[in-house]
Amino acid sequence: MAKTIIPIGPYHPLQEEPEFFTLTVEGETVVGVDVRIGYNHRGIEKLSESRSFDNSTFVIERICGICSTSHPFAYVRAVEDVFPMEVPMRAKYIRTIIAEGERIHSHLLWLGLAGHFLGYNTVYMWAWKLREEILDCMEILSGNRNNYAMFKPGGVRRDIKSEDIPVVIAKIDSIVPTLEMIKKAVLDDPVLHARLKGIGILTRDKAIEFSALGPTSRASGVARDVRKDSPYGAYDQMDWDMIVTQNGDVFDKAVVRILETFESVKIMKYCLQNLPDTEIDANIEDIPPGEGIGHVEAPRGETFHYVRSDGTNRVIRHKVRAPTFMNLPTYKATIVGYTVTDATIILAAIDPCYCCTERVAVVDPRGRRMFDGADLLRMSREKTELIRRRLGCR
Amino acid sequence: MTGFFLLDLLLFGVVITAVAGMAASWVDRKVTARVQYRVGPPPLQPFTDIVKLMGKETLVPAGVSRAAFLSAPLLGFCAVAAVSTVLWVNQLSSGGFAGDWIVVLYLLTIPSMGIIMGGFASKNPYASLGSSREMKLVMAYELPFVLAILVPVIQSGFAMRLGDILADQAAYGAMASSLSGAIALAVAILCMQAKLALVPFDAPEAETELAGGVFIEYSGAPLAVFKLTKNMLLFVLPFFLSVMFLGGFRFDGIEILWTVLKFVGLVALVTVIRNTNPRVRIDQALRFFWGPVTIAAAAAVVLAFLGL
Repeated sequence: MAKTIIPIGPYHPLQEEPEFFTLTVEGETVVGVDVRIGYNHRGIEKLSESRSFDNSTFVIERICGICSTSHPFAYVRAVEDVFPMEVPMRAKYIRTIIAEGERIHSHLLWLGLAGHFLGYNTVYMWAWKLREEILDCMEILSGNRNNYAMFKPGGVRRDIKSEDIPVVIAKIDSIVPTLEMIKKAVLDDPVLHARLKGIGILTRDKAIEFSALGPTSRASGVARDVRKDSPYGAYDQMDWDMIVTQNGDVFDKAVVRILETFESVKIMKYCLQNLPDTEIDANIEDIPPGEGIGHVEAPRGETFHYVRSDGTNRVIRHKVRAPTFMNLPTYKATIVGYTVTDATIILAAIDPCYCCTERVAVVDPRGRRMFDGADLLRMSREKTELIRRRLGCR
Repeated sequence: MTGFFLLDLLLFGVVITAVAGMAASWVDRKVTARVQYRVGPPPLQPFTDIVKLMGKETLVPAGVSRAAFLSAPLLGFCAVAAVSTVLWVNQLSSGGFAGDWIVVLYLLTIPSMGIIMGGFASKNPYASLGSSREMKLVMAYELPFVLAILVPVIQSGFAMRLGDILADQAAYGAMASSLSGAIALAVAILCMQAKLALVPFDAPEAETELAGGVFIEYSGAPLAVFKLTKNMLLFVLPFFLSVMFLGGFRFDGIEILWTVLKFVGLVALVTVIRNTNPRVRIDQALRFFWGPVTIAAAAAVVLAFLGL
């Protein structure tokens, strides 16, 4: 049968970020997939190296609008890893609260988008309506809906007022029944079962082989979670369950995310109720020369930051590795053999985040950027043409 | 006589159908919005959309057959207008002709043919994929749809005119009140959902997969005609089902209320189905229609023969 290229991207209603998937299809069956990203590069690592340690936190926060806690969290942990120091307990609790709030809203965002990709717009609107409640909580706690600006090396920037705590707890409690309802509606729907079960299976072996992270790996039976494996913040202070399922299909990835939301509610509530009464900032004066790493469990998996200091007030090297970077290649194992219809939801199932992932630009020896948007467009078209010619399709 | 028929075609087939279709489309959009915690569009929004599209530039992709590309939307539009005329003529006077329900069944497949033709004429991989899906969908739902429509025909003693089926229902009650009629109505409603290409059977358009699929290359007036045809179908299909199963529309006294209830009820049912389901894969749709739905439709036909 003749092979056809179905392009998904760079601009396509499937995903809101620019990305380019080349699906090689025979009829409706996908026989090959190629991923091309790099449309959203902003040079944040370099930018971070031109700011002071404190200021960098704000830049890092803008790597991604959804993981706007995970990145600064990993960054401040990397800076705190450069030299021996202890972060006050209250700051750890506040960091945990913000991180879990982010996980809840990120998972709800994914759930809504997954519904939308399946043409189930009611789930989309309902999940996002529920997400608003969490964003309100975050606004009460930090003053912002998305980029919270709560983190700084050594502690947190803002305290949580004791009069806010009952309000936030009441709000979190109020979302649980709706969350239960959505969970039932999604997990018991026979049509959703037909669409999601047995689709895009990432086996346990493949998950390990590709070093898949976060919910993507946990849905394949790989119990891997930085919060449990190498506890940070206040995660070792309370009981919570790591959600692991065994099938590795899209349905299990949804199950992991939905159930994790309940765990996050539990963690957030515990932290708010047991907020220790200490300082919120260790007041770091100078960062000595050295290097440090920080990793946290972002909603999409492990976010990893590396920081090198030379004793001045700036980072001299800052490296970011976002979870999507590791999860993206799993497409090779999950998409081939399924139909185009399945491919869209499989692409979405790792909860990809390209603005997190893109940190590479091609520069010449004099430091000038070699390709602009028009070049990339031309090159991508040439490449598509090349592929089409090579496959002999018209 | 010809003059009167032309008047019927223009007034009932086009104008009233378009207005009622846009009203139905508004009901659909408004109910959808309310279900999803949104405000929803104002009543004139479907009309505004069509007018706006009419004023936009018509782009024809390079290298396509202009005739096929531009006539595809008109094909469906004319067919739907003709169906509507036949239904109205039967409804308001006894102006039907022998075998008119067969003509209606035949004409109702033409909008899909227009969509398939337009999709393939677009020379776009998304549109081609959409067209091939539409083809599979047509093959999937036509058999159970025809079987379901046979049930009222059998029950009314093999009536060949829609008018006779209506008269039968006026005398002995709506077809849907019998067991076979109720099953056939359920089957027909599912087929209606597929004919309208709404979720869960919207695979040919599948915005998040095919970016609009068959309609991807259309713009301006041709797209407006496609949209208008869809709106009109949203009126014509419930109207047809109402004539076949629910005693048709009547406009005398209290019956007006029943007419509106039947119509809005059927449209609301379509809306509810499309808001409580994800899109199914095309192979799943095929299996669904050829499996349980066709079996149910065949069972209804057998029951109708037995007089149930």
